[in-house]
Amino acid sequence: MIRFTHVSKEYPRTGVAVNNVTFELGKGEFVFLTGPSGSGKTTMLRLAYMEERPTSGDVRVTGMHTSTIRQRDIPTLRRRLGIVFQDFRLLEDRTAEQNVAFALEVTGAPRSAIPARVSRLLSQVGLASKGTSYPRELSGGEQQRVAIARALANDPVVLFADEPTGNLDDRATRGIFQLLRGINAAGTAVFMATHDLDLVRRSEYRIIEMNRGQIVYDSAESLASVPTPPPVRSSPA
Amino acid sequence: MRLTLRETALGLRHAPLLSTLSVITIAFSLFTFGLFGLVALNVSRTLRGVEERVEIRAFIADGTPVEAVAAALGDIGAFPEVQSAVEVTSDEALARARKEMPEFQDVFQAGVLPASIEVRLRPGYRDPATVQAVASRIQTYPFVDDIRYGQEWVVKLYNIRNVAGATGLVLGVAFAAVSIIIIGSTIRLAVLAREREISIMRLVGATNGFIRRPFLIDGLLKGLLGGGLALLLTWLAHLAIDRYLIPTTFFDRNIAILGVVCGGLIGLVGSALSVGRHLRGI
Repeated sequence: MIRFTHVSKEYPRTGVAVNNVTFELGKGEFVFLTGPSGSGKTTMLRLAYMEERPTSGDVRVTGMHTSTIRQRDIPTLRRRLGIVFQDFRLLEDRTAEQNVAFALEVTGAPRSAIPARVSRLLSQVGLASKGTSYPRELSGGEQQRVAIARALANDPVVLFADEPTGNLDDRATRGIFQLLRGINAAGTAVFMATHDLDLVRRSEYRIIEMNRGQIVYDSAESLASVPTPPPVRSSPA
Repeated sequence: MRLTLRETALGLRHAPLLSTLSVITIAFSLFTFGLFGLVALNVSRTLRGVEERVEIRAFIADGTPVEAVAAALGDIGAFPEVQSAVEVTSDEALARARKEMPEFQDVFQAGVLPASIEVRLRPGYRDPATVQAVASRIQTYPFVDDIRYGQEWVVKLYNIRNVAGATGLVLGVAFAAVSIIIIGSTIRLAVLAREREISIMRLVGATNGFIRRPFLIDGLLKGLLGGGLALLLTWLAHLAIDRYLIPTTFFDRNIAILGVVCGGLIGLVGSALSVGRHLRGI
């Protein structure tokens, strides 16, 4: 579903962010992307949802290639992806319902179908009773749930989450992780960048660890070659 | 379209102060342009009024047969450059002189002023070269004693008109360019104020066209409102100048409507440039 082939990304000012990375993420897979700050995790996600183009190599996402995709086709790709951020990125002047409905409206969903779909999405993330609340009236965990509901609005095939629990306490983190597990169990692939090593260690999902723009560990390859548990290393927050 | 209008309304409601400032900035920018337009219009009308007074006067020798003058009047009136050619008899010239200069009434006596043919030229034929050419042709009539057409002031007037026209064009273009830059910058502020919203729209798969539309309507509305306000301010300025300084003419209705429409177009173009540059930059 997602394939990075010898991908490098270099910025004029800050230098190499991703260096010759090759990996594949399969349909319905849940993959953690870990590593210290500045290791290239966010750049990897930005390359995957085509907010950035690689300096060299190719990224393929649901059949679309960074090397050939036209700028005007990127919105079509984004409608098949869900994206969640550490800072939630909700519209502060709109309620939870309106934030979720926004994703459906801008993609041209039939107006009559939007309220029922929004209601179902908010129920799915456990916020059925908070639809009319504004982001400032919600806790961090609740705001992230609204962001996840918005990301799920167009039935994405893959959900990208960039440090989705970075601003949350333990309890909210567990709740968000359970929610992501549920979403994955329903068939949506999840590609999640995180610093939270406890969360990573507790799960059975594939782990890709980055350092200085390179993949230094991939549990899928490790399991295939060496029958030992993944040695997730501690990294600075 | 409903969604686009809703997003436009939300944008205006979201930043009422910025929206108001945008409209005021556009209004003052166009007001400056309007004031300049008012000056240009009145200068141009004054010059046109002076131009209309450009005439050629051919003095008729004493004893010229009436038939010869009548035939010449017919010929001259048929020149393509000529608007009218009329005979002013000696008595008519005297009456006119006494009327125009009553203080010299006693000086003017019968027969002192010669009869003449007064020739007015059509608009577009009042430049020095044409005036001189027509005067030369009239001078070929044998009964023409002398011919006057104020050669010096015709040249001066023509030069003033040319300078005023060129200055008007340059200043007009400069004012319009400054207006577009100011309006574009103002709308850019509105775009930057909604940067977060734009980035979210892009993430959820909105097309650039969808993102752009509310900003275009926003720019158009602000431009129209600014244009309307500028028109009102220009009208008030005209009333004040007309009452306390010198009599002035205001734009006719079509020009006034065109001014407001131009405000809207400038808002639209400024907005399109600002949002387009922003979308390319992210």
